Amino acid sequence: MTALLERLLGRLPLGWLQLIHRPPRFAAALAGVAFANILVFMQLGFLGALIESIALPYRAMEADIVIAASDTNTLADSSPLPRQRMYEALAVPGVASATPLYYAKLDWKQPDGTIRTLDVFGVDPERPSLSPLRGNAALDTLKRADHALIDNRTRNAPPGLFAAIDAGQPYTFEAKNRTINIAGTIAIGGGFAADGYLVVSDQTFLRLFQQRAAGAPNYILVRTEAGVPPQRVVAALESVLPADDAAPRTLADTIARDQRFQTTQRPVGMVFGFGIVIGALVGGIIVYQVLSSDVADHIREYATLKAVGYDDSYFLGIIVEEAAILAAFGFVPGLLVALGLYTFVSAQTALPLTMTFARALALCTGTMAMCVLSGFVATRRLARADPAELF
Amino acid sequence: MEVSAEDSPVAVAGLEHWFGQGEARKQALFDVNLRLVRGTLTVLVGPSGSGKTTVLTLIGALRAIQKGSVHLLGRELARAHADELVRRRREIGFIFQAHNLHDSLTAEQNVRLGIEVHGAAATARGREAARHLLDHLGLATRVDYLPANLSGGQKQRVAVARALVGNPPVVLADEPTAALDREAGLHVVQLLKRLGTERGTTTLMVTHDPRILDLADRIVRMEDGRIVAEGSIQ
Repeated sequence: MTALLERLLGRLPLGWLQLIHRPPRFAAALAGVAFANILVFMQLGFLGALIESIALPYRAMEADIVIAASDTNTLADSSPLPRQRMYEALAVPGVASATPLYYAKLDWKQPDGTIRTLDVFGVDPERPSLSPLRGNAALDTLKRADHALIDNRTRNAPPGLFAAIDAGQPYTFEAKNRTINIAGTIAIGGGFAADGYLVVSDQTFLRLFQQRAAGAPNYILVRTEAGVPPQRVVAALESVLPADDAAPRTLADTIARDQRFQTTQRPVGMVFGFGIVIGALVGGIIVYQVLSSDVADHIREYATLKAVGYDDSYFLGIIVEEAAILAAFGFVPGLLVALGLYTFVSAQTALPLTMTFARALALCTGTMAMCVLSGFVATRRLARADPAELF
Repeated sequence: MEVSAEDSPVAVAGLEHWFGQGEARKQALFDVNLRLVRGTLTVLVGPSGSGKTTVLTLIGALRAIQKGSVHLLGRELARAHADELVRRRREIGFIFQAHNLHDSLTAEQNVRLGIEVHGAAATARGREAARHLLDHLGLATRVDYLPANLSGGQKQRVAVARALVGNPPVVLADEPTAALDREAGLHVVQLLKRLGTERGTTTLMVTHDPRILDLADRIVRMEDGRIVAEGSIQ
């Protein structure tokens, strides 16, 4: 390693040699950087899981444009809007189809008394507007009263339940004073607001949620005609629909708006953001402490080098060399531990925690930048190295 | 003042220096004039606080010159920019009383620091030059030792090697033999003398070691910031 660095740097790798000269301190510094990396990786993972889980139900919608109530911020807080908007939308040039989608939450009580929260979609079984329903063998059973399809990625469901349902075994549970018959499964995936999803027919939905009316769905899912840009149809819909109760947006805009709201306006998103900042600060402080201690411990040696004729750029190079080594050697174990934790947490929570190359690269770059910045700050202590004091 | 760097690598004229500010300001040097002849060993003696070290630091471009003139290798140090002072220091070999070796570097690596400052070409021959000089100073078997595994005298010899490895035309030394036994001390001074003869290296040394005075070409005595006597052994 020393020879490699010497070849790369074209000089003695003084920073590297100083770091490895005190193995316990070096190990502690690497552990600190790795810990900061793990902290940031986990926060990014949770934030990424939040963002991804927000998108999951939208991606299940077979729509180019989503019309929601104008006060809607997230999937769960959408107010019903008049079904009449669907007919008005159908009259807009470029609209190929429009279907209503009903949404509500339902408690799924477990045998042990605990509750799983399900997001319920009510669909027209004749015109299923969710992609997981397409080709689903149990789709027709939705036409029967109180029948439903359940998300097989629902968190903390009884072990083996979904496999048994798919094998044809009947399963029922009580909710809203009705017996729900689970006829099959779909795959969407739970998030932070719900453990999973349940799909029923619009008729079953209205029986379950009797305060809801057929004339007031939560969403109208619009398909545009082939070749017509959704953005253009959105503009046309905006000119037709009353702005005070209906807001048409492309599916991508709808997802982005929900993600933006939940990550910047809701506490959970902000907590993860703060976690990232705290992790970066912890790492920066650890590296600064290590580097500034190193400078303080070698102040006479650095002063000697100043007397010999080394200029500030040399000392900056040494500190940056140390910072880069700490960043690189601390990042690798941090990444490996984070990968293990992602797998563990994902299995435990069913949250979509996945390590992306972009995230790993971004954090690697961020770690390097943080360490180098700390190194720059630490070099300020070098000003105390006065070669004239050596005599 | 016309100064020939060839004849006189160090020429000091009317040098005065103060420390402190306001009422605490105290003059440390008074009209110091000194000319070192190329290839000679000059010893600076005098009681503590007489200004010897201040003269050394000013000639060594380690402090800014406040009044007077110091020509180092034909270039004026007074009013030189800080970057210029750093470049001038590369032409000087410094030997300090304390060795100040990097504890994480071997003897050879410590010595190489004295040559790598001269750039890539010097760096390429650094290892060989360092080993050669350490060998010459009786440390051939210690080149790969860390300072922690060297005696005080061995460390000081490594520091001497670091100062000399770049073949500096001028050497400034502060009590370089303090940590050495008689034989090692004489060996170092004889090496400096031989460098003077063979390469024209000019050495200015502060010392209280009477053993060295016999080897000096010239002795300069300072008291209270002034040169009060000077002369050659011959």
